[in-house]
Amino acid sequence: MKPKMLSRRGFMRQGANLVAASAVASSLPGMVAAMGNVTVGFIYVGPRQDFGWNQAHWDAAQKIAAMDGISVVEQENVPETAEVEKVIQSMIELDGAKVIFGTSFGYWDSLKAMAVKYPDVLFTHIGAIWKEGDPTNVIGYRGYTEEAHYLCGIAAGRMSKTGKIGFIGSKPLYFIYNNANGFVLGARSVNPELTCNVVITGDWNNPVKEAETTNALIDQGCDVIIANVDSPKVSIETAEARGVYTCGYHSDLSSLAPNGFLTGAEWNWASGAEFVQAFLNDDPYPNLKRGGFREDMVALSPFGDAVPQEVRDEVMAAKQGFIDDTLQLYTGPLFDNQGNQILAEGEVKANSDTPFKLGIDWWVEGTIG
Amino acid sequence: MTGTGFMNTMEAVAINAAAFVITMVLFGLYVTWLGHNPLDVYYVLWLGSFARQISIESTLTNAAPLMLTALCTAIPARAGLLVIGGEGALVVGGVATVLVGVLLSGAPFLVGVTLMSLAGAIAGGLWIAFAGALRQYRGVNETISTLLLNYIAIAVMYHLITGPIRDWERVLKTSSWSIPEELRVGALPLVDVHWGLAVGIVTCLILYVVMRKTTFGFGVDVLGGNQRAAQMAGLPINKMVLICCFMGGAAAGLAGAFEVTAVHGFASESLVVGFGYAGILVAFLSRQNPAAIILMAIILGGVAASGGLLQRRFDLPDATTQVLQGLLFMVVLASNAAYGRLNIFQPAAWRTA
Amino acid sequence: MEGGDLGWWGVVIAVIGGAIRVSTPYLFVSLGETLTEKSGRVNLGLEGVLVMGAMSGYGTAVITGEPWLGVLVAGCAGAFLSLIHALICTLPRVNDIAVGIALFIFGTGLAFFLGKPFINPSAPRLPDLDLGWWSASPQVQSALQINLLFLIGFTLALFLAWALKNTRWGLVLRTVGDSEEAAGALGYNIAVVRILGTVAGGFLAGVGGSYLSLYFPGTWNEGLSSGQGLMAVALVIFARWDPVRCFYASLVFGGATALGPALQSVGITANYYLYGAAPYFLTLALLIYSSSPRKALEGAPGEVSISR
Repeated sequence: MKPKMLSRRGFMRQGANLVAASAVASSLPGMVAAMGNVTVGFIYVGPRQDFGWNQAHWDAAQKIAAMDGISVVEQENVPETAEVEKVIQSMIELDGAKVIFGTSFGYWDSLKAMAVKYPDVLFTHIGAIWKEGDPTNVIGYRGYTEEAHYLCGIAAGRMSKTGKIGFIGSKPLYFIYNNANGFVLGARSVNPELTCNVVITGDWNNPVKEAETTNALIDQGCDVIIANVDSPKVSIETAEARGVYTCGYHSDLSSLAPNGFLTGAEWNWASGAEFVQAFLNDDPYPNLKRGGFREDMVALSPFGDAVPQEVRDEVMAAKQGFIDDTLQLYTGPLFDNQGNQILAEGEVKANSDTPFKLGIDWWVEGTIG
Repeated sequence: MTGTGFMNTMEAVAINAAAFVITMVLFGLYVTWLGHNPLDVYYVLWLGSFARQISIESTLTNAAPLMLTALCTAIPARAGLLVIGGEGALVVGGVATVLVGVLLSGAPFLVGVTLMSLAGAIAGGLWIAFAGALRQYRGVNETISTLLLNYIAIAVMYHLITGPIRDWERVLKTSSWSIPEELRVGALPLVDVHWGLAVGIVTCLILYVVMRKTTFGFGVDVLGGNQRAAQMAGLPINKMVLICCFMGGAAAGLAGAFEVTAVHGFASESLVVGFGYAGILVAFLSRQNPAAIILMAIILGGVAASGGLLQRRFDLPDATTQVLQGLLFMVVLASNAAYGRLNIFQPAAWRTA
Repeated sequence: MEGGDLGWWGVVIAVIGGAIRVSTPYLFVSLGETLTEKSGRVNLGLEGVLVMGAMSGYGTAVITGEPWLGVLVAGCAGAFLSLIHALICTLPRVNDIAVGIALFIFGTGLAFFLGKPFINPSAPRLPDLDLGWWSASPQVQSALQINLLFLIGFTLALFLAWALKNTRWGLVLRTVGDSEEAAGALGYNIAVVRILGTVAGGFLAGVGGSYLSLYFPGTWNEGLSSGQGLMAVALVIFARWDPVRCFYASLVFGGATALGPALQSVGITANYYLYGAAPYFLTLALLIYSSSPRKALEGAPGEVSISR
């Protein structure tokens, strides 16, 4: 019974839910807000147990909830409409929230508007496009996941037998371009002949299309697949069933593919807890925090059993390169897949060059798509 | 208002109130089964929907688009059509608003907003009128065609905003070009709710007058009651159906226009959040009466608004409000069977007395 | 053609494989809807039934480790939800399409509500039948990896087509759906027949949902169904209420869904949203082409509001 059901984290979650549910049931409404000294509100765009994007934030929320004097209120499936502002206001006025975490891109305008209206509440946003002139009680923070994709790419390039790998993206947005480019650059750093098929599904979450795309890519001979969608679970399980390799995204998904999992690109949203702490202590906090491995804002999933030691060493060496800032993602000569020269020989873009990364709407050479 | 008309209204009010109470009892049983105290849950529902200024504002913000999308089902329904295309008409209206809006930079505020609203309304109106025409001239079922048109509208909008009309400067979200900042519509005086609410209420009232107080409206009622009778009376059936579809679609298109001018400033996936489908529910709760739509949209908006507080206070899933809405919808539909059964609302019961 | 580069053949194989993989939920829901509509009712709530089936089937498989038990539970959950629809529609002056929309909202809401704990765990999947053993190409082998439910659906389509024509049950069902007057004159209990037709339809739609969660794509989350249950209702109309045509129509739908990803995987990446909407454009075009303003569609049950 129960072959691989209820991975440990899943089981612990359910347990936690039951406990929380019974605890709340016995308390009167209105008690929640009074339990901690400071209430922190989390707003998710999807279900927080999605094994992906939202869950990565939920993990961070649980860490914050464990801090002393903090209670967390959460609301999920909040669409990026006029409703967001009302949810924020409701959290502040009815729950007494002092910190609001808006964990979706489209909340940005609403968060800014509310930051003006409530100057002593702290707001955070995961887009990190804060600029001079925006309210100072807003923090933007985000990790450079393209660095972690570069490392996944190295593993993929070494493990691929066909020299073809596949990347599934949700929407044609700058960070998807960057992640795909990182993946391809990493793979071609160890196998210059390799090509990568890129497919954009057009939806954040569409399991049928993701599974179908995974199959189509495998039919084209791709033997390493990475999916940049809200929940890569379906794609990874489909690829595992067809016996090809996969890399994860958002959080540690190695349990989904015991045979074919290589490694994965993860977020480290722990900065959120630092912001809350700074806010509590009345310490200064940054308005913009971006970073990769060097700033400890992204992470690499544990290697799967399939990855031999020499590949692991190669990947870890590259990771050290990012940490030491000796390895730059975008270095010349660099061409896009239409043959246009992006960077000249000897030209290098710093890993922290956010404006350059925000402007990327092209795939690097070697990408088909 | 005639005596019978008054009695009919009272009957509808009484039956809907009873349906609402029954739904609440069923919902109370459901949350009790889940281990919550139903009285606490009722209290939080009230707190989150109407008990505070912010709750009322949330409720009205939710209600604004629903009033308009509900008309998209209600008006054609009076002519006997079951249109479920509000979602698509809203999207089409939103896109048309953007396309006209970007041409209007420098236009005076009122002129600009009027032109954008008209663009949205006309686009949405033509979209649903197309389904009406397919039905009248090709015999294509309008429920199915409007369902398909929803998917098509959404796909076309996504296509446009990721390519032809995409604003690449907006890096966090695939979205269309923005309308000029000076043509953005703000909030109403006194309550922090956008102008779409006022437009929704006024549209409902105008269409109430059109459908209930004009020859056209009486003709539509004849048509909706019995197509053959309408034929024998020599009514221009095709034309009436097309006009009803156009008016309904125009209302939903107007909802799209205000999502753009008052909320977002551009078209994006945020137009596709289920306002159209929720509108169907509102239309049926209102028994296709445009004036009742105002009230029912506010009630449904309140349910949605309190959903957040249910999550935060009881850790109930967000789908709780959807369960409640589904329950309410089914009970109200079932309560249709009660019409004409309650003697006190029959004129005869009073005449003999 | 060993492994590697199939190019355009890869597209063809992906579309065929996709047709088989994606079609099964459409097939079950449309067969279920055919039964319901043959009895004279429309159940637009099968989308909610499908989602509920997907959730309950997955949950059962997670808890017991038995995917086939999940399929059974999914069918029963679907039958139960449809029973609510059937009973409400038995009341006078109740619009069956509206009740369907209510059931759609209620069913998906309930499934999302109860399904939260099952998003994370992995359930055992239904097993495959390898019908591609004769081919050396792994792509062909994969495309012909077929689930038993697909074959059951195919057999069921043939059986229903035969049974509707040739059995007494089929005759009673069709009579009730075609003319209440005739059915009344023959002494059939119209309400009971319609309840049975709706419940049987709901059972099949629930099973279709379990295919989504337990086989392909084989997961449970809130984006699992992208309207398959609603589309299947449209599919019944252009299949002309004929179970065998439902099977063909489902295959066409599945193939059309697979076309976009297959083209993108060979580098034809423009207009993917429009390719994605291909099934909807196709259905609408076929409906416009095949409908007629003067007479009801051939094969349409006379009492069904959606055919008029």
